[in-house]
Amino acid sequence: MHIVVCTKYTPDSEAKMSVDEAGNVSWGDSPLIINPWDEYSVEEALLLRDEYGGRVTVISMGPEEALEALKHAVAMGADEAIRVWDDACAGSDTLATSYVLAKTVEAVGDVDLVMCGKSAIDAETWQTGVALATRLNMPSLMYTINIAELDLEEGKITVERLLEQGRQVVEASLPAVVGTTKGINEPRYTSFIGIRKAAQMEYPVWTLEDIGADPERVGASGSGVRWPVVFEPPVREGEAEIIEAETVEEKAEILAEKLLAEKVI
Amino acid sequence: MTNDIFVWVEQFENEAVGASWEAVGAARGLADEQGGEVIACLLGGEGVEVLVEEAFAYGADEVLLAADETLGDFRVEPYAALLAEAVGSHKPQDVLIAATFRGRELGPALAVRLETGCIADCTELAFEDGELMATRPIYAGKLMSKCMIPERRPRVFTTRVRAFAKPEPEAGRDGEVVELLPVMAEEQILTKVRGFEESEGGVSLADASIIVSGGRGVAGPEGYDPLQELADLLNAALGASRAAVDAGWIPYEHQVGQTGKTVSPDLYVACGISGAIQHLAGMRTSKVIVAINKDPEAPIFKMADYGVVADLFDVVPALKKALAERID
Repeated sequence: MHIVVCTKYTPDSEAKMSVDEAGNVSWGDSPLIINPWDEYSVEEALLLRDEYGGRVTVISMGPEEALEALKHAVAMGADEAIRVWDDACAGSDTLATSYVLAKTVEAVGDVDLVMCGKSAIDAETWQTGVALATRLNMPSLMYTINIAELDLEEGKITVERLLEQGRQVVEASLPAVVGTTKGINEPRYTSFIGIRKAAQMEYPVWTLEDIGADPERVGASGSGVRWPVVFEPPVREGEAEIIEAETVEEKAEILAEKLLAEKVI
Repeated sequence: MTNDIFVWVEQFENEAVGASWEAVGAARGLADEQGGEVIACLLGGEGVEVLVEEAFAYGADEVLLAADETLGDFRVEPYAALLAEAVGSHKPQDVLIAATFRGRELGPALAVRLETGCIADCTELAFEDGELMATRPIYAGKLMSKCMIPERRPRVFTTRVRAFAKPEPEAGRDGEVVELLPVMAEEQILTKVRGFEESEGGVSLADASIIVSGGRGVAGPEGYDPLQELADLLNAALGASRAAVDAGWIPYEHQVGQTGKTVSPDLYVACGISGAIQHLAGMRTSKVIVAINKDPEAPIFKMADYGVVADLFDVVPALKKALAERID
């Protein structure tokens, strides 16, 4: 079985984000990490590989920083890693990114399952997975919290998807695109041997030509969305009004009155 | 091209999802400004037509109705295919979709089919110098971004749940209903819904107007019991910090924060939550925040409106009692 995992790098979730006057976004001295949601898809791909045999290829569209995500996936145990980049890709929205990823998946070829995180913690569009599935004409199985069954002979997969009202059980034909959410597994820590393997690995960079992509369909020219302004939201004002009273009961009474006065109950 | 706006009306078992009416409300404002009509798109299985009247009441001028077995359960392929065709023949300026789980799938799938842009999770939509600008949170709300779709049409937007006001329904409003046929036959659809396990009771975090949330301070699974009792009284959803979820005290469905859900209820009661940056990012847009924590130095007090420095196991039951006496 061949699984392709799409990943990207993001600033750490603990990072304090800021924007300077020129509109440049900074994450201070926080590290760049693999998008946390993607760790679940890498882990799930490795578990499936170990159960059914085969290999796991990770791909990422991005400049050199994208290596952080690929290295992490390799340190976890992925077999191959490919970075896709061309300067023309800068400014790609999800329409363009899903095009590049779809062309990459097709160029990798011979794929049974494509996996990705259900969203990324930076731009949080939640779009790329389902957009990719649409481009590849594969079933889209986003928010997967459990792979209930995988039948390679029949070419079928059954998953549980986490929706607002509960879990939807969906069967789909393979190849399919699975978007993972937290709760599906516990991503492994990278081992010393894994990190050493990742450091020694070669990371080929594929260009648009390598994947047969039309340069007009990537970057700003291939995108529908522009994002000219990024700003820091207004801070919530001031400190909390600390409710002071002799007893907890009195504090609770005062708080209850305040909340009723706020008309939020 | 028309100046009309399509809005997808999401339903689950023939009950409309409230956030869809918020999207209809957002569309109403924009349509009035750009001189177009609001066209509600209602897709479902048998009996879905019961929602037509509601769609008009909430502000639709016209309803496109597709009732077919293949559309009974939400599946992104037949839904996106049908909407793409309807867009192709009607040529609306915009498509609005509530950013629920299903909506977040439908928006991009539709946009790819139409080779257009989709802006996700908008919290504000407003014209600036003739350009429709969409404001949306990024990095879990640590930053905001203003986006636009200058060239391609239709513009597709998903609207963040609870970011736009739900209009007051106006009984007796009426309009034209146009029936649509599905464009995919069952055998062309690659996914089959085999079942649905509804989560056990409880109010869902995304559309809750009150959330009672517990963190490390609840100290174990049973620590959520008093919080649940307060939540039951207030018809509130139960939330949790990452620390509590990672400790296995409560399922992931309840996690609030950058790697959980981003919420903006009217009232957020944080119990025993210190206020890690990734948690604060997920709830900072709540209207009123109450923090209950033993540690007066906890960062959560910097963001809260009201704070009680005491043991949550004393405060929460006392608050429940005080509120119970006042609200019925």
